[in-house]
Amino acid sequence: MSFDLTRRRFLIGSSVAATGLLTGCDAMVESTAVNDILQKAEGLTMGAQRLLMSQHTLAREFSEADISPVFKGNGTTQPDSEDYARMTENKFADWKLVVNGMVKTPLNLSLADLKAMPSRTQITRHDCVEGWSAIGKWMGVPLGLVLEKAGLAPGARYAVFHCADDLEQTLDGSGRYYESIDLVDAWHPQTILAYGMNGRDLEVAHGAPLRLRVERQLGYKHAKYVMGIELVDSFRNIAGGKGGFWEDRGYEWYAGI
Amino acid sequence: MTSVTSGATGTAKPGKVLFYRHSLAVRVTHWLNVLCLSFLLMSGLQIFNAHPYLYWGQYGSDALPDPSFISIGAVQDGDTVKGVTRIGSLSLNTTGVLGASTENGELGPRAFPSWITIPSYQDLATGRRWHFFFAWFFVINGLVYLLYGLIGRHFRRDLVPTRDQLTPGHLAQEVADHARLRFPKGEKARHYNSLQKLTYMAVVFIVLPLMVLTGLTMSPGFNAIFPWLLDVFGGRQSARTIHFIAASLIVLFVIVHVVMVLVSGFWNNLRSMITGYYALKLEPKDEVSK
Repeated sequence: MSFDLTRRRFLIGSSVAATGLLTGCDAMVESTAVNDILQKAEGLTMGAQRLLMSQHTLAREFSEADISPVFKGNGTTQPDSEDYARMTENKFADWKLVVNGMVKTPLNLSLADLKAMPSRTQITRHDCVEGWSAIGKWMGVPLGLVLEKAGLAPGARYAVFHCADDLEQTLDGSGRYYESIDLVDAWHPQTILAYGMNGRDLEVAHGAPLRLRVERQLGYKHAKYVMGIELVDSFRNIAGGKGGFWEDRGYEWYAGI
Repeated sequence: MTSVTSGATGTAKPGKVLFYRHSLAVRVTHWLNVLCLSFLLMSGLQIFNAHPYLYWGQYGSDALPDPSFISIGAVQDGDTVKGVTRIGSLSLNTTGVLGASTENGELGPRAFPSWITIPSYQDLATGRRWHFFFAWFFVINGLVYLLYGLIGRHFRRDLVPTRDQLTPGHLAQEVADHARLRFPKGEKARHYNSLQKLTYMAVVFIVLPLMVLTGLTMSPGFNAIFPWLLDVFGGRQSARTIHFIAASLIVLFVIVHVVMVLVSGFWNNLRSMITGYYALKLEPKDEVSK
């Protein structure tokens, strides 16, 4: 076998050497062993926050004057399906929130049903994982009241939110948005199913007819276009198994930081 | 003049005295801090790249009319892109470094270039994973250092300037000496000079804690736990901006620190931070005075 050091080969070789440090870093980044260690920090963050916060520790609520003049619509801003188009056409009159899974009484709640329940209004800040923030006024029914109505079966640990939008277009439906929170956040007084924003009905860009607000966590936890709430003891068998659309794509399940 | 008569712990060459300058705790926490700050900076710039705008106040986004006062963006320029860094009304063409740089041989829009972010390609989730792991590491390492500094009297012995070090005349003399890269020799080099002490104290007690506190202010969970943080920094977006500025100050400090290490006796400084031992070149008057 002959070995000829051509100019081309030399150039490739030296550029590989030059980027050696970079690729070295990227190799480390992609190593599962390294990731397993790094991921321990998520447990530490969640443990520390849960230790320091009580069930009643509230996210800061702001005044009307603090509301952002423009609230950026993010992620899906217009679900691309015929079903959803039909629902918007008749103003979600036929839309029903399905509550099922590990519950004593599965529920089918219309928007009118939800609006007839006691509501909570809160002016809070929405923090996107990317770094931006916007302040809006949310009105909705506390999730805890809906869960009380359904009654949790023993062993239920998480509420999974199934959404109407595909944030990624896929053939197998794995791009469908979903999210999950545990019962600590589910029972939190500021965790609401919002149908109103800034004094109006929730707009399509912000998740009409119903979105989750889970104020002590980042924006991607606040599922939009909520169609169903499933109570489960584990989310391992749902979609990618990590508890949410973004979690399946590498983001932390506990998004308190 | 070759004999050493001062109370040294050991001697190297004639006229030189080795003394134990850095304790094991200081050396270990120093190098772990180097590791943590390097990864924090590179992963932090990766996170910044996901939204390269800085705002002041409680909120801020790239939806108009939220004003960002600093942004690192890219604009289309014919069939290529141009990197534009904007500070207030001042716009600078920073193509190649900020706003637009080369990744895999191709010029594309990126706030900070791939050679300084971890991972090199755009991946916010991974950047966050590295950032928070090393943030915890940094905080724990920092607490060990602070605890040692207090209990082991490192702060009082090594960092707090003495009264005569703080006189205006002395400070002015030190500024003049630094400007001429003239450093203390002999017994005078046994202790940090006052500019060094003040700088280290500012980094240890102001800038690094500021990084942690502004970092926590960006967390919705810690916001609920410590709502006063929002009032201290004037909002989450202000905290994010201060986090960025404080990080820049650390980079500036590290540059000056490394330059000072280089020009004031590189091997001696480096050895002292590895083995703990620092060599003093004794001057005739040091020995006479003993």
